[in-house]
Amino acid sequence: MSVLTAKRVSKFFGHFPALRDLSFSFEAGDCIALLGRNGAGKTTLLNLMAGLSRPTDGKLEIASRVGLLGHGIGVYDELTARENLKFFASLSPRQIDVEAWLEKVNLRDVANATLREYSRGMRQRLALARTFMGEPELLLLDEPFTSLDDKATALLQSLLAEALARNATVVLSTHQIPEAMALASRILFLERGKLGYFGPRPDEMLGDSTWIYRTYGVAT
Amino acid sequence: MLRMSWMVFLKDVRMEFRGKEAINASLAFALVVLILFSFAFDPTSEQIREITGGLLWILFAFSGVLLVNRSFVREQSNDCLDILLVSKVPASALLLGKTLANLLFIALVQVVCLPVFSLLYNINLFQQPVWLMGICLLASWAIAILGTVFAAMTVNLRLRELMLPVIVYPMIIPALAAAMQLTNIIAVGKVPEGDDLIWVRLLVGFDVIFTTLSIGLIDTILVD
Repeated sequence: MSVLTAKRVSKFFGHFPALRDLSFSFEAGDCIALLGRNGAGKTTLLNLMAGLSRPTDGKLEIASRVGLLGHGIGVYDELTARENLKFFASLSPRQIDVEAWLEKVNLRDVANATLREYSRGMRQRLALARTFMGEPELLLLDEPFTSLDDKATALLQSLLAEALARNATVVLSTHQIPEAMALASRILFLERGKLGYFGPRPDEMLGDSTWIYRTYGVAT
Repeated sequence: MLRMSWMVFLKDVRMEFRGKEAINASLAFALVVLILFSFAFDPTSEQIREITGGLLWILFAFSGVLLVNRSFVREQSNDCLDILLVSKVPASALLLGKTLANLLFIALVQVVCLPVFSLLYNINLFQQPVWLMGICLLASWAIAILGTVFAAMTVNLRLRELMLPVIVYPMIIPALAAAMQLTNIIAVGKVPEGDDLIWVRLLVGFDVIFTTLSIGLIDTILVD
């Protein structure tokens, strides 16, 4: 079943073509590593997939509930962890056990403290709970491994494994290739806003992080 | 949609009361202006009755914009607005929740300022309490709805604190003019009647038109 379909999608900022003529389709249960150099259009594409931005040309069909973990952590500093999760849970069509999620991300003991009192790692764990607790069918994660400590990385990997086990589709935009390759079933490689490669993860990527850049990228 | 608006309202109220940044700034500004003007005018003068409406509603418009300016700034830190939009919260529900929260904040400033005004300027504004509440509600809604929708429009501008008043004040002139006229009438203990009711109709019409337009346009403003 197709979760997301892009048909000849382009996005221009003024006259600058950020994305050009992209066509692809994601199936339920896919884990897609969205790769590309800085400025290749990864975040622009994620924003389109999240519905935060509209394509200039082409059509993007999204047939699912979306969860987003972008550059910002998407939680309120002025609220406590419990208030944050309760607020976002109240917006979800699903019944969510907030206390169970606080326990899962190991924040239950400090759930009544505002986020201003939290360390960066604690804030990131809360952001993970906020992203995953609604069990979205399409998860869009922009650089999710950045600045995570070993425990938070393990938590994220286990949450991703759970999401994939329930047939969710995961899109990981990242420069941290080894972590992404451990999970990815497909790769969408962007080169200067164009589709460089879209298909199954090549085995070469397991041992050589730069293989796709050398094979499908434009030499710079 | 109404449930989501209510959740956004509760969240905004909780966040504001936790920090009280906007309310404290707005209230301090309003009280300072009231006190300064009380030195500038003779409180026993008959003239003061003629400028009551003007003084009060300029004050509420200025202090109100200080309040609404924070509406979408709250969502900007940590990219929370993106998460709300991805969560399929209708943009109109978001606007409605935030407008209601702003209406409450403006009302709180008015609850403090109106008795202070009566005391300092020796004018009993509470002779027609139902009319006073009605005028405050209608005119404050105008400030809140227009202020909130333009706060969404200017949230990504570097000079948003400057741009928001520049855009909002000219737009809000009809509502302020009506509120000023009606306040002047009730300040002398009269009830608006006959030709005076045109100001009530203007206020109601302004609110209906701009609420409808804002709800219709907010999705376009927030996405892309």
